[in-house]
Amino acid sequence: MDKYQEAFDGIIERDERVEPRDWMPDEYRKHLIRQVSQHAHSEVIGMQPEGNWLLRAPSLRSKQVLLAKIQDEAGHGLYLYSVAETLGISRAEMLQQLHDGKAKYSSIFNYPALTWADIGAIGWLVDGAAIVNQVSLQRTSYGPYSRGMIRICKEESFHQRQGFEIMLHMANGTPEQREMAQDALNRFWWPSIMMFGPHDSDSPNTGNAMKWKIKRESNDELRQKFIDKTVPQAEFLGLTIPDPDLKWNEEKGSYDYGEIDWEEFWAVVKGNGPCNKERLDHHIKAHKDNAWVREAAEAYAAKTEGELV
Amino acid sequence: MKSGDKVWEVFIQKKPGLPFKHAGSVHAYDKKMAIQNARDTYTRRGEGRALWVVPAEAIVSVPLDQADAFFNPSEDKIYRHPTFYEIPDGVENL
Repeated sequence: MDKYQEAFDGIIERDERVEPRDWMPDEYRKHLIRQVSQHAHSEVIGMQPEGNWLLRAPSLRSKQVLLAKIQDEAGHGLYLYSVAETLGISRAEMLQQLHDGKAKYSSIFNYPALTWADIGAIGWLVDGAAIVNQVSLQRTSYGPYSRGMIRICKEESFHQRQGFEIMLHMANGTPEQREMAQDALNRFWWPSIMMFGPHDSDSPNTGNAMKWKIKRESNDELRQKFIDKTVPQAEFLGLTIPDPDLKWNEEKGSYDYGEIDWEEFWAVVKGNGPCNKERLDHHIKAHKDNAWVREAAEAYAAKTEGELV
Repeated sequence: MKSGDKVWEVFIQKKPGLPFKHAGSVHAYDKKMAIQNARDTYTRRGEGRALWVVPAEAIVSVPLDQADAFFNPSEDKIYRHPTFYEIPDGVENL
């Protein structure tokens, strides 16, 4: 084994962090670029379902909070793009891959946000699931990714509370509002637990990712954590999780849950979800329509070069 | 230096008296945009009151394959550490 491979293996073995200028196996770099760019695209595409509700938020307070949350998502996308850039891919290339359909983003954002309660369910369940995943990734072996996750987790805890607060108001509101809250939970529950990806037995990328400590916990372990902490919250809200097989398993100290519809999961991953085309078309259109801003910035930079701030 | 969209490294000072610390990077076309993007991206929750942005290409670092030789001179000079010196019992405040 050469000394570079040995140095890399040592870093992983001792639970240290790999930094951008360290030698790393090509497959490690490729895996990270795929995972981090997909994570970045998810933050950015994830702004769309929420953005649709900015002008319809029911109060000034809820509008302000939603705006702040969406701004955070944009920021998180930027942190993650810069993490990926340290691995030798440019942001422009990543956007191109997204537009060409070569890079994916989380399928959860291919579901529509139909009512205000959906904004609650997205914050509570979708951000909740993302947080479980991201807390685990704080200990990922790639230094810049780990630091980005620490920062993101700090900022995201308000997102989940914002979502839970909406659910709480609606669950305790008029019968119609209560029904909306239950309906949002019915539609978002299964897609949320699918966010953790296929079962460990069917997850082709998990082996290397665990070996290199990019991932620290498996899909099923993370999914179980999310379910265990979310069920009591649903009970507090007085809402019913749409899974007749969900029940506490005293022996293993966690919940058993029903069969996940993997056909739906793969259909949405492959582009056949309710909003895949709409989300991507919107991103491409915004990028093209705003080309003049990039050109103007370029011209302004040339004109003002050498000036102090 | 290249013009147009480029990467800038961002450093934040949490409060006066503390050192500037690397926070991450931003894309920007010029200095003003870089410092504004750095503010919007890295200081949304009062993370600091002073910011530096530096074009990433202006940062000089030690080539990885020369690092061992480069830092080598600091490794064999144990007399640079206070623990190298023997102080007799009874001597205080030294």
